[in-house]
Amino acid sequence: MPTLRPTSAPELLAAVKEALADATPIEILGQGTKHDLGRPFQASRRIELTGLSGISLYEPGELVMGAGAGTMLSDIEETLRKNRQELAFEPPDLGPLLGSAAGAQTIGGVIAGNLAGPRRIKAGAARDHFLGFHAVSGRGEEFKSGGRVMKNVTGYDLSKLMAGSWGTLAVLSDVTVKVLPAAEKTRTVLVTGLDAARAVAAMAAAMQGPCDVSGAAHLPQSLAMASGVSYVSGAGKPVTALRVEGTPISVAYRCAELTKEMAGFGPVEELHSMNSARLWRELRDAQFLVEPRDRPVWRISVAPQSGAGVIQAIARALEARWFMDWAGGLVWLSLPPGTPDAGAAMVRAAVGEQGHATLYRAPADLRASVPVFHPQPPALAALTQRVKLSFDPQGILNPGRMYAGV
Amino acid sequence: MPPLMPAPDRSVLDRRDQIAAALRTVVPGEGVITDEDERRAYESDGLAAYRQMPMLVVLPSAVEQVSRILRYCHDNNIKVVPRGGGTSLSGGSLPLEDGIVLAMGKFNRVLEIDFDNRCVVVQPGVTNLGISDAVQHAGFYYAPDPSSQIACSIGGNVAENAGGVHCLKYGLTANNLLGLEMVLMTGEVIRLGGRHLDSDGYDLMGVMTGSEGLLGVITEVTVRILRKPATARALLLGFPSNESAGDCVGAVIADGIIPGGMEMMDKPAIHAVEDFVHAGYPLDVESLLIVELDGPAEEVDELIRRVEAIARRCGATYLRISNTEAERLTFWAGRKAAFPAVGRITPDYLCMDGTIPRARLPEVLTRMAALGRKYELRIANVFHAGDGNLHPLILFDANAGELERAEKLGADILRLCVEVGGVLTGEHGVGVEKRDLMGTMFNEIDLAQQQRVKCAFDPNMLLNPGKVFPTLHRCAELGRLHVSGGRLPFPDIPRF
Repeated sequence: MPTLRPTSAPELLAAVKEALADATPIEILGQGTKHDLGRPFQASRRIELTGLSGISLYEPGELVMGAGAGTMLSDIEETLRKNRQELAFEPPDLGPLLGSAAGAQTIGGVIAGNLAGPRRIKAGAARDHFLGFHAVSGRGEEFKSGGRVMKNVTGYDLSKLMAGSWGTLAVLSDVTVKVLPAAEKTRTVLVTGLDAARAVAAMAAAMQGPCDVSGAAHLPQSLAMASGVSYVSGAGKPVTALRVEGTPISVAYRCAELTKEMAGFGPVEELHSMNSARLWRELRDAQFLVEPRDRPVWRISVAPQSGAGVIQAIARALEARWFMDWAGGLVWLSLPPGTPDAGAAMVRAAVGEQGHATLYRAPADLRASVPVFHPQPPALAALTQRVKLSFDPQGILNPGRMYAGV
Repeated sequence: MPPLMPAPDRSVLDRRDQIAAALRTVVPGEGVITDEDERRAYESDGLAAYRQMPMLVVLPSAVEQVSRILRYCHDNNIKVVPRGGGTSLSGGSLPLEDGIVLAMGKFNRVLEIDFDNRCVVVQPGVTNLGISDAVQHAGFYYAPDPSSQIACSIGGNVAENAGGVHCLKYGLTANNLLGLEMVLMTGEVIRLGGRHLDSDGYDLMGVMTGSEGLLGVITEVTVRILRKPATARALLLGFPSNESAGDCVGAVIADGIIPGGMEMMDKPAIHAVEDFVHAGYPLDVESLLIVELDGPAEEVDELIRRVEAIARRCGATYLRISNTEAERLTFWAGRKAAFPAVGRITPDYLCMDGTIPRARLPEVLTRMAALGRKYELRIANVFHAGDGNLHPLILFDANAGELERAEKLGADILRLCVEVGGVLTGEHGVGVEKRDLMGTMFNEIDLAQQQRVKCAFDPNMLLNPGKVFPTLHRCAELGRLHVSGGRLPFPDIPRF
């Protein structure tokens, strides 16, 4: 397949116009780490954005950074780290889960997938930190939206549409994001021995309390054993993890409070900075489900209180490996290889009206036959289609990656 | 001068009685207002300089009614202007002569409080403060807090993506919204999001937020609620110049501190406020900062010390730290009364709402003062300093014929905001007020793409037309695609 690697916005515009002139579908890629996420689709050329790279704007005092869409996330994170700042939405690195390299993704890919890590419950997702962009639409037109300031309601917030559109609306050429100070200190309170339902109750109590918890996750015993953090792997029980971040004085105080609060749920341990960072990275990147690689993986987003119930409903019928993040609101789950329809009917019946389930990893034939993204009711599906056509009337950008005809 | 609105449709105006009768079959009795005196209550919103009597006002009380009204208007080519609390500062709910105002005030119930999922489901007519009031007994609150929070509705907050003084730390409406139910112009009811965090498909809830009533009518809102911080304390800091105050703001952020609120006032604002509320503000400073820290007491006390040290380093000549809740509220009393305080010293004022990169503040204030001299009008400034959102208040007297000059000055100030890398509006919306300035920020292609999104939601352009976009293009015209033929027309792109 011919691959075009534009090195400037005008070249990107030319590349899209060329495809439009030929009416040929394009696959849009950064480093391709999420290439196998979504429905397989036919493309007759590729546009790789790695040539649109580099940080063009960074003003730490203004909490703003701008970069080419193809800029490596690792470069951005390193630059931020030098100024004790970070992307607060804690973008996960799903490369290994999806069968590609770790540490290779681009900022454009993170935004196109609207990714977010454990801090989602406090700080929001990529969409909440995405201030503005330049892009080329499927009409072969260069356009922009948003800006470089944090408060902006001038015109429609097209950044929100770009985030999570998986490259189906427009090709981002450069993006501007909000950055925030990194916490000076991180600690984690571990509660051991809780089942899924009890863990959800403990996480809700922690979230409702005054301790400003910035991560709330739960690992059943079988997964906890695989952690690289000895306190977690050696617990011999399920582990519920609650993260506290901030200034050292504040973190010490809140950890002590949280420990008292959690004592009623089960035995409590505390992790300090290094171990905390390691555990939350494992959770963020869904490392517990990377192996075995032939198991299909679902990412399920529901109301936090529904997490345990969804898991129970699925696990009654299928052998599921799972863990919860977002205080129960995010369930990562893998099923045995060869499960008919990758378990879609069962998973989606369990989710019902409470949220949505995305088939994050599965062989291509399954992704072709099973709806990868949650099926939408007719009126919403029709609106989705009209929005797609408003940006990409010929359907040349990642066509069909999210839904057939979109 | 009020901006030009779309030409009224005679055929609709001629059918006014017939339309009223048809709508009465959907919303019986007093739910359809035809009487001139009663309609007058809806002729303007928070931007009182512009007025227009609506053809009819309809007050539905059920989703099904909203759906039928919109379907009827869609089928009969009748324009609809949705309205919440009517507090828009940009004329977002300014009526149309040939349009109905769809007033959502009867949707005023809190439907469900769900502490376990930390969210509240409300109807769109519930006030912003009404949400916090409903959950405060359990120590929770709803974070975005626009100044009009007593009166403004949550549906309007979503439509405008309302902010407030705590956005830097807690985000705008968009960041605190979990779910929406909305009705399209065709009458179709659509649910977006829910009590879970991430959107499945496209983030249509995100684009609805701040869409100024042009895409759909909101009938239900789910917002996240937060635990109230255990404590909050504030510093009141006076500086000899706007530069040093601005430096202090930057230094606080550079130290890794994100205050709950960080507000700046310039000298004219300080004096107007102090004369009005006697908050104890110093009168001998050029610039005043309120910095509020919230969280556990241990954390707040530590951060207060750090901000105090930074302020001294930046040359603060006045420094007070709140030791009691009453004292903290006094610090805020002045800032919160800034608009009415300015209202006392001038017959009329215009409130602008640009956002700028904060580092450009001194330059912007200097040039703004020069513009004030040019137009011979006074300006007082209040500023959400942490996020760069500037509210210049232009003082004028409409009876002395100064409105037009004030509007021109306002437009020049907003052009200045855009020129330094900022935007036309940070939280008030474009509405009719800034509609004709959209071209200073966006080119024709940018605007056409936004309007195509509008077409996806409302292809006949019947919802709130005349707002946000300076030129109304027909959707068919916007949809046309010009494809140039030929192979490899761009041979220079690196290929592999």
